[in-house]
Amino acid sequence: MNYLTEPLQYEFFRNGVMAATIIGALCGLLGVYITLRKMSYIGHGLSHSVFGGAVVSFLMGINFYIGAGLWGFLSAVLINRAARKHAIGADAAIGIITTASFALGVALISRSRSFTRNFEAALFGNILGVTRQDIIIIAAVSTVVAIAVFLAYKQLLFATFDPEISNIYGVPTNWVETGFALAIAAAIVASLNVVGATLIAATIAIPPTTARLITDSFGKMIVLSTIIGALCGLGGMFASYWFDMASGASIVLLSAAVFAAVLGITSLRGALARRHVPAPLAAPTPVTAAAGD
Amino acid sequence: MMTTSSIANPTDAAIVLRNVTGGYTNRPIVSDVSLEIPQGAFVGLVGPSGAGKTSLLKAMLGTLPRVSGEIILNGVPVRSGTPPAGIGYVPQTETVDWTFPVTVEQVVMMGRIRSMGMLPWASRKDRAAVAETLERLGIGGLAGRHIRDLSGGQQQRVFIARALIGSPRLVLLDEPTASVDIKTRDDILHLLVDLNLDGTTIVMTTHELNAVAAHLPWVVCVNGGIVAQGHPRDAFTNAILSKTFGAPMRVLVDEQTGGILVAEGHDHGPFGDRLIVAAGGQPSAIGAAAAPLPLSAD
Repeated sequence: MNYLTEPLQYEFFRNGVMAATIIGALCGLLGVYITLRKMSYIGHGLSHSVFGGAVVSFLMGINFYIGAGLWGFLSAVLINRAARKHAIGADAAIGIITTASFALGVALISRSRSFTRNFEAALFGNILGVTRQDIIIIAAVSTVVAIAVFLAYKQLLFATFDPEISNIYGVPTNWVETGFALAIAAAIVASLNVVGATLIAATIAIPPTTARLITDSFGKMIVLSTIIGALCGLGGMFASYWFDMASGASIVLLSAAVFAAVLGITSLRGALARRHVPAPLAAPTPVTAAAGD
Repeated sequence: MMTTSSIANPTDAAIVLRNVTGGYTNRPIVSDVSLEIPQGAFVGLVGPSGAGKTSLLKAMLGTLPRVSGEIILNGVPVRSGTPPAGIGYVPQTETVDWTFPVTVEQVVMMGRIRSMGMLPWASRKDRAAVAETLERLGIGGLAGRHIRDLSGGQQQRVFIARALIGSPRLVLLDEPTASVDIKTRDDILHLLVDLNLDGTTIVMTTHELNAVAAHLPWVVCVNGGIVAQGHPRDAFTNAILSKTFGAPMRVLVDEQTGGILVAEGHDHGPFGDRLIVAAGGQPSAIGAAAAPLPLSAD
C-alpha cells in the first residue's frame, strides 16, 4: 500500500498525477476521431508545430498558452485544408506544415544568442514542473472539449465516417472541422508540458487503437479510449516514480504495453474462435468447364 | 441529339441544368451540360469510367466546383458549395470505410441529422423512423449489426435507407449496382422502381447497360457532356453507344422478349488471336496465361 500512498505525499507528484490523468483522458477522447480519420500523425506533427509557436511567443513576449495555441490552431486548419486536396493528402500535409513550423522554432533558437529558456521540457515533458495554474488550464480545456464533443457527437460521427457526404446531409462540415482543429490544438498545447512534443502522438493514437480492438461500437470506443488514456496517464505517473524514469516515457510505455496485451488477447480469442468453426461436411464438387454449346 | 420534352416551368422539374460546366477552369470534367428531369422520373446516367457521371451528380449536389451555368433542384437554385436540402444521396460503396465502428442503425440515423435534437443520443421517434425504413427496405432486424458484417446487397440497402429516411423527393445514386451479383442487382433495381412508383424522382449512374435497358424508362448517355438521352430503345443505338463509350458497341434485340441487349462490337476480346489450343486441338478462349481447362460434354 505504501507503494501507492508514498509518492502522493509530494505536491509535485499529486499535480503531475492529476495533469497526466486528465491529459490521458482528453487525448484518448480526441484520439478516437483522429485515428478513425487515419490522421494519427497529426498529434506528432502538431506538437512539433506548437513547439515553433512556443518559441515565437516567447521571443515576442506573448503568453505560452495563447501564442502556442493560436499557432497550433492555424497549423491544424492549414493541415485540414491541404489534406482535402487529393494531390497532397493528409500525411504530406502534416509533414510539410508541421516540420516547417518546427524548423522555424529551431532557426529562431539558433539565431537568438540571449535564449535562456529550457525547451527540453516542451520536447520531452516535465511533469515535475506542472503548476496549479497548468492544472486549471488543463482541466478547463478538457471540460470545454468534452462538452463540445458531447454536443456535436452526431455531427462529429458523421463528419468522421463520411466527410464529403455529411455536408450533403446538413452537417456544417467547415464549422465542425474548424472546431475540431481548435480542440486538437488546445489539447496538444495543454499536454506539451506533461508528455512532451516527441511523445504526444502515442497518447493520441494508442488508447483509441486499443479500444478499437475491444469493441465495434463507436460509443463504447469513445468511453473505453477515454478510460484507457486516463488509466495509462495515472499508472504511467506511478511507474515513473517507482522506476525513476521520465514521466512522458513511462506513460507511453505503459500505453504500449496495454495495447500489446489487448492485441495478444484478442488475437488469441480470434484464433480460438476460428478453430471452433466446424469444417465443411464434404469436399467441394470439382468444377469442369462445360463444352461449348 | 434527342431531347426530353421541354419543361415549360422549371419549378415543375426535379432537376434543371443549364449550360453547366464543372470541374476546374483549365480542366472541366463536364462541359456545357443542359438537362431537364421531370418530377417522378427514373433516369439512368450511363457512360464509361471517367465520363463525368459522378461529377454530374456532384454538380447537382453543389459539391463540384462549378465554372459556369445554372442548376435548379426542385425549383430551388443550387449554389456551389452549398448542398440543397431534401435530397437523398447514395455514394459509391467503394468510398465507404467498412471497418469504421458503426452499426446499421447509426448509419441510417445520419440521414435524419437535420431533424434530430441537440442530445447525442437518438430519441424513441428517431429509432422508430430508422426501424420503419429498414423494414421497408427488407433489412429489418439488422439495426444492431456492424456494417462490415452484411452482404453486398444489404450494405447497399443500408445506404439507400440513409438516403430515404429524410423522405426526399429526389434521390441521387452513384453506381448502386456496382460490385453486387446479378440477383442482388435486380433486387436493388426493383426496389428503386418501387420507390419511383411511390413518387420519388430517381437519378442513378451506372455502366451496366443491359440492366438499364431492362429496368429504366429513360437514359442519359454521358461522356464529358450529354451525348444523347431518351428511352433505352431510342438512345441505345450502335452509333450513340459507340460514341459514348469510345469503342465499337452493338445493340441486339432479344427475339424472345423483344428487349435489347448491348454487346461489344469487337469480334473477339483483347486476347485476339492468342487463343489457347487445348490438348484435343479445340481452341478455348480462356486467356493467354492460363492453362487450358479440360473440356467435357455435359
